[in-house]
Amino acid sequence: MQEAIINRAKQLLADGTVNRVIGWKKGEFAYDITPAVFETAAEIDADFVYDEFTAANVSKYLIKESKKDGRILAFLKPCDTYSFNQLIKEHRIVRENVYIVGIPCDGKLDAEKIRQNGITGIRTVSNNNGILKIDTIYGEETMNFDEAVSERCSVCKSKKHVVYDELIGDDGEIADSGRFDMVEKLENMTAQERYDFWREQLSKCIRCNACRNVCPACTCEKCVFDNDNSGVANKAAADSFEENMFHIIRAFHVAGRCTDCGECSRVCPQNIPLHLLNRKFIKDINSLYGEYQAGADTDSRAPLTDYKESDCEPSVVHERGTE
Amino acid sequence: MLRISLDKLDELFSAISEKQTLYIPADRSDGAAEFQKWCDGMKLSKNLNTVRSAKDFFFPQTENLVDFKLSGKNIEIKDIRSEAEDFVVFGVRACDARSFTILDKVFLSDPVDTYYQNRRMHGTVVTMACTRPSETCFCTAFGIDPTAPEGDAACFSDDKFLYIKANNDKGEAFVSSVSSLFEDGDTAKLDEVQAKTKEILNKLPLAGLSTDSFGGDKLNELFGSDKWAELSESCIGCGTCTFVCPTCQCYDIKDFNTGREIKRFRCWDSCMYSDFTKMAHGNPRLTQLERFRQRFMHKLVYFPANNDGEFGCVGCGRCLSKCPISMNIVKVMKALEVK
Repeated sequence: MQEAIINRAKQLLADGTVNRVIGWKKGEFAYDITPAVFETAAEIDADFVYDEFTAANVSKYLIKESKKDGRILAFLKPCDTYSFNQLIKEHRIVRENVYIVGIPCDGKLDAEKIRQNGITGIRTVSNNNGILKIDTIYGEETMNFDEAVSERCSVCKSKKHVVYDELIGDDGEIADSGRFDMVEKLENMTAQERYDFWREQLSKCIRCNACRNVCPACTCEKCVFDNDNSGVANKAAADSFEENMFHIIRAFHVAGRCTDCGECSRVCPQNIPLHLLNRKFIKDINSLYGEYQAGADTDSRAPLTDYKESDCEPSVVHERGTE
Repeated sequence: MLRISLDKLDELFSAISEKQTLYIPADRSDGAAEFQKWCDGMKLSKNLNTVRSAKDFFFPQTENLVDFKLSGKNIEIKDIRSEAEDFVVFGVRACDARSFTILDKVFLSDPVDTYYQNRRMHGTVVTMACTRPSETCFCTAFGIDPTAPEGDAACFSDDKFLYIKANNDKGEAFVSSVSSLFEDGDTAKLDEVQAKTKEILNKLPLAGLSTDSFGGDKLNELFGSDKWAELSESCIGCGTCTFVCPTCQCYDIKDFNTGREIKRFRCWDSCMYSDFTKMAHGNPRLTQLERFRQRFMHKLVYFPANNDGEFGCVGCGRCLSKCPISMNIVKVMKALEVK
């Protein structure tokens, strides 16, 4: 697949369709891949990579990139196309300045999961029909792809590209993935158990803002938490509940706009399952306002910014709160 | 050398904690290690290192410096420092141990930071030699020997025993406080383990990383390099690298009005943030390129310029595994290196 992508990138550069390409640049090891903009065929030949570790969603970079001169080629995985569409809906990306090639994705690996399996010193990883061969400084190890795949990919919501100018490979289908299973498990806990779960998770937060800065739905020019004049700007927790508030407020702010791309959990240095907050909102929106997938299209009105007579009454929320 | 069977670590920890508060790296439910207050049954993590570094013990992420209370025209100033308790941090790796030397240069030089100094005085650092370095390790580039860590006392292990030796007076006092649990034993097996570790260190992917192109005298050529644009291009401006870094020491001081009093606190800050070193005219570094460059110039040029050539990095590799976009000091050094 990498070869086809590289060839197409070079063709589109050569025929003048685009003047640069956003994709992924290889690193020192198998997994440390950096999103990058390539301007020449030579740069692409030297460093472009597309494999099981090219997990980063490049959609958010297109806000800035689409405002530069010329057209940029972006390779988008199925889930990235939802983020892209949502940004189009929010008028954040200049669509005509981006040429999208949809590329297939079979799930991305999480190096952290490999390490947690006791495999350290990872140099290279190759996938042989679902069995990973991992070359480490301590010898060769094997692990099942399914055990090393990132959480978000293990419950992939869609292999369908919702926006593209052309596709490499066949388009996939929307999947029934069971991505709300863990949310249901949390819902079935007692209030105290649920509180304890989130306290344990969120107390690990070091407030590095990686989740916010990587989030394609977090595109405010100036975040309220960075704005001195807001009265809530702070780099430190005033009390032990502060980090919980930060994440809960952020989840509220992206509710109805979060496509569940899972970047927040991918980048969290403390392995906080932040996606569960967002999925809870998605699940509630689905049940209270009807099925809705943010980023699936660019023109429908989102449930939380629309009014229908059939909308649920605020009392529903109140009643649920007393359950 | 003094040694204790690895089966008896619980007894050792229990003995230490009877006298002082003890912190060890232990695994959380997600499998990652974190320094935690030892309690009965807590096991020493097998992970190479903790997500957060050990700098928290001396330079915590947040601390209240002073409280102010207004009554009429009077302002009452309260020094709210309460830490007077001795503590032991056990299992610190050689990289983190060296980070204290770097932090000391910042906080213990004139004017001395008495908050930091107070914690340093009360803390005993017991290090643990590495036997299984990771691909992200490059401490040797900064002259650190992970098989012979610094710290007040150092521990070493083979498959059966934990060995201990004091590196200074504080370490001596610590070792003698628990020496009844140790026995004298030969180090033949340990020597073997150490030799093997050294072999691995030589073969690490980053073993050849060189600092020759960096240092206090390299300001002009590095600051003006055209590589910074490309290196910083994908940086998302979060603070992950700075917050997991054992040597990043920048902080912000702010006053928080609780409604009843003013709390003056300090907290970690990140040069990657838009409001870092914000003054009346704003942040002097307008773009992410300038913020990104600042972080690496500080570690590789400004810090050695002001501290006898000592670099502001210990090669722990945390930023290599934690940066959301996998950009890090190794990639920066390799890109800027004069070959």
